[in-house]
Amino acid sequence: MGRKAKFTEGVIVKKGPGRKSKKQKDPIFKKELLADSNQPDRKLSRRQKLRLKKRQTKEQEAQSKRQNKNAQKQEKTKSENGIVEAGVSTGFTDSNKSWLKLKKSKQKQPIIENEDSSGDEDPVSDEESEVASDEDNDDDDEVNVSSLKDISSESDGGSDDDEDDDLLPIEKETKILKKKRDEDAKLAEEEMQLNIANQEVFEFPESENDGKQEVSNLQDVQARIKDVVMVLSDFNKLRQVNRSRSDYMKLLEGDLCTYYSYNEFLMERLMQLFPLTELLEFLEASEVQRPLTIRTNSLKTRRRDLAQALINRGVNLDPIGKWTKVGLVIYSSQVPVGATPEYLAGHYIIQGASSFLPVMALAPQENERILDMCAAPGGKASHIAAIMKNTGVLFVNDVNKDRVKAIVGNFHRLGVINSVISTVDGRKYPDVLKGFDRVLLDAPCSGSGVIAKDPSVKTSKDEQDIQRCFTLQRQLLLAAIDCLNAKSSTGGYIVYSTCSILPEENEAVVDYALRKRNVKLVDTGLEFGSDGFVNYRHFRFHPTMKLTKRFYPHSHNMDGFFVAKLKKFSNQIPKSQDDEVVEVLDTEEADVQNESETKETIEDVKEDGSNLGKNKRKRENNKNKSPTEEAKTQNNTRQISLNKKKKNKSNTSTINVEPTSIVIK
Amino acid sequence: MKRLSEERTKILFEKLSKYIGANVKLLIERPDGLYCFREQKDRVYYMSEKIFKLASTLSPTQLVSAGTCFGKFTKTNKFRLHITALAYLAPYAQCKIWLKPSAEQQFLYGNHVAKSGLGRISENAEKYSGVLVYNMADLPLGFGVCARSMSECKLSDPLTTICFHQADIGEYIRSEEDLL
Repeated sequence: MGRKAKFTEGVIVKKGPGRKSKKQKDPIFKKELLADSNQPDRKLSRRQKLRLKKRQTKEQEAQSKRQNKNAQKQEKTKSENGIVEAGVSTGFTDSNKSWLKLKKSKQKQPIIENEDSSGDEDPVSDEESEVASDEDNDDDDEVNVSSLKDISSESDGGSDDDEDDDLLPIEKETKILKKKRDEDAKLAEEEMQLNIANQEVFEFPESENDGKQEVSNLQDVQARIKDVVMVLSDFNKLRQVNRSRSDYMKLLEGDLCTYYSYNEFLMERLMQLFPLTELLEFLEASEVQRPLTIRTNSLKTRRRDLAQALINRGVNLDPIGKWTKVGLVIYSSQVPVGATPEYLAGHYIIQGASSFLPVMALAPQENERILDMCAAPGGKASHIAAIMKNTGVLFVNDVNKDRVKAIVGNFHRLGVINSVISTVDGRKYPDVLKGFDRVLLDAPCSGSGVIAKDPSVKTSKDEQDIQRCFTLQRQLLLAAIDCLNAKSSTGGYIVYSTCSILPEENEAVVDYALRKRNVKLVDTGLEFGSDGFVNYRHFRFHPTMKLTKRFYPHSHNMDGFFVAKLKKFSNQIPKSQDDEVVEVLDTEEADVQNESETKETIEDVKEDGSNLGKNKRKRENNKNKSPTEEAKTQNNTRQISLNKKKKNKSNTSTINVEPTSIVIK
Repeated sequence: MKRLSEERTKILFEKLSKYIGANVKLLIERPDGLYCFREQKDRVYYMSEKIFKLASTLSPTQLVSAGTCFGKFTKTNKFRLHITALAYLAPYAQCKIWLKPSAEQQFLYGNHVAKSGLGRISENAEKYSGVLVYNMADLPLGFGVCARSMSECKLSDPLTTICFHQADIGEYIRSEEDLL
């Protein structure tokens, strides 16, 4: 609209390289000039052949004539021998012979020399002509053979020719071909060695700081990652002698951190967890979102009907797989999937494929009493209710009051009517209610399996966060086990799951529970997923740990997940002296690591420690008492200490963790 | 969780009978066990006796919800139905209207229903009676109050409001925070 100001009016903008930088084109040579003189003869046309033949016959005739003449001359000279002999010997018959010298003999010598030299210059043509003259009368095929022979003579040198003479033409050909092949192979080998030499170009950067500074753009970093991975894949051959594997690993770690923007702590953990090739796959898979999946609410509709209704709304979908009958994966949609009338009517819920797994492992039965300890936003819990068909009682709990609202909304929308929703700290749940047939604990975790969903995990987690997470997880798992009723006729099962892939939050936690409570691992009933670790670095877990299941984004195309199913076989809580010692040690460790926190917390820890000591002493005093009495006394002491501090501390375990500082997903 | 007082029970049942008439009886006398209405923080919850017993072990501060929430008593002691009660109202509804697909979205955003969006209406619709709103695929969308009786509807022009909006399932997204 309107006139545009011409800001560039005065300025002459140059276009192109300018007049003077014009370059002359490369000269064009005629084909004839370029043609190589060494090239083998082209095939002659028929007329040319005829002409050639004619020429050759002429030459021959001339030669034979010359020979005849010579012969005649010789005969003549022989016949005139007697007369001429003197003349020939002296050359001159007159009186001047004493000083005159024969000029002819002098002339003859250089001519012969010339002829020789010309022969030296062009031996091939000589040979050709010879051959041609030899096999003049043969057919055209023969001519070809002769030309092949020429090649052989070129490549072989003269010595072989003598041996080849008594071979058939076909044998000669094969011999030549063989030689050619050998030569090719030799060349190829040389080339390959050259290539190998080229591969070794990657050199370790001089000092680490320099290395970091010099590589500025991501392409370079990526290239270096590739190089280092290659070196590490064949370390003995490709390494630099003065560099150790750990140097390379450190370099790679730094590069991966910059390229994928992780912090060093998490990258280190991941590198410990995966082999290199798998690590790269995992990192790549964590960059892309998992497909959007929904779960049919079997309380209100069937999957087929829902699929039809959604297809009518322009949604492109498919069943997730054979392992579930309620899952649908959505490829594309013209309407927002989270706001269709079907969604609002509670026919489905948006839920990741991995969230199906713990519920499937839990295998809830009708008319059971089931607890979901950390339920928000209620996806898994509503799945449980759907499998129970709204019978029995489903207790749903989450600490976070705001997130509980999401559970309320989802449950009413999905038509779950057998639920009791509460906000209790999961660690205190055994005080509220016990005797559940099944418990699902989807523990709050670092979220290292769902980096695609929440990339902030890449940088926000450090050692202490992980430690806080797994301490909380241990406490929650013990509380969940305490809630369970081992004597239940149908159940007595607990499923522990996290969306983290770090063994510290998974296998180690389950292992801890195995030591602390009367539980055993049982098969999850999930037919896919990789087995849990029995040995991981310096950890040696319980041998049955292979019954747990792990899921990775790169191999299963769902969020990283861990599922373990435990069966409680006794309601008694085992108490032994070693356990207490271990517990005390644990707290000591926690104390050491909490030192970096504020003064307040340090004081708390000290207080805690003192309380611990008291507890321990009391326990020793009460050794003779029954376990229940002992527990009571413990509770009492704890309550006293709690009252003293007037702080909201956990009283289920002696490990010190501040509930407020824990980030709960 | 406590029992409703006589007065409040009366108010609640009066309100429910506006929508489902005599079917209120069916909510209390069920073949599959005892069901009851219980009150907590002025909210009314509907659940089976079994669940109520277990839920009462939780303290009022810990308990958020049990069974199905029907609605709440206002400060002036009137009862207001929530959308969460829809699952129990829809099957027993006395008076229904069906919306055309074009009007469906309008209603789900919280607007009243105009004559132009009306697909069908049940014959017994009286003025100011409670009405359940469905889409043409018989999916319950919410409920409201008839602004015109069925006979008046026929004569009115397309822009007149037929049904006043009270609650719709769009609230699950719009106001998840204050559903209860």
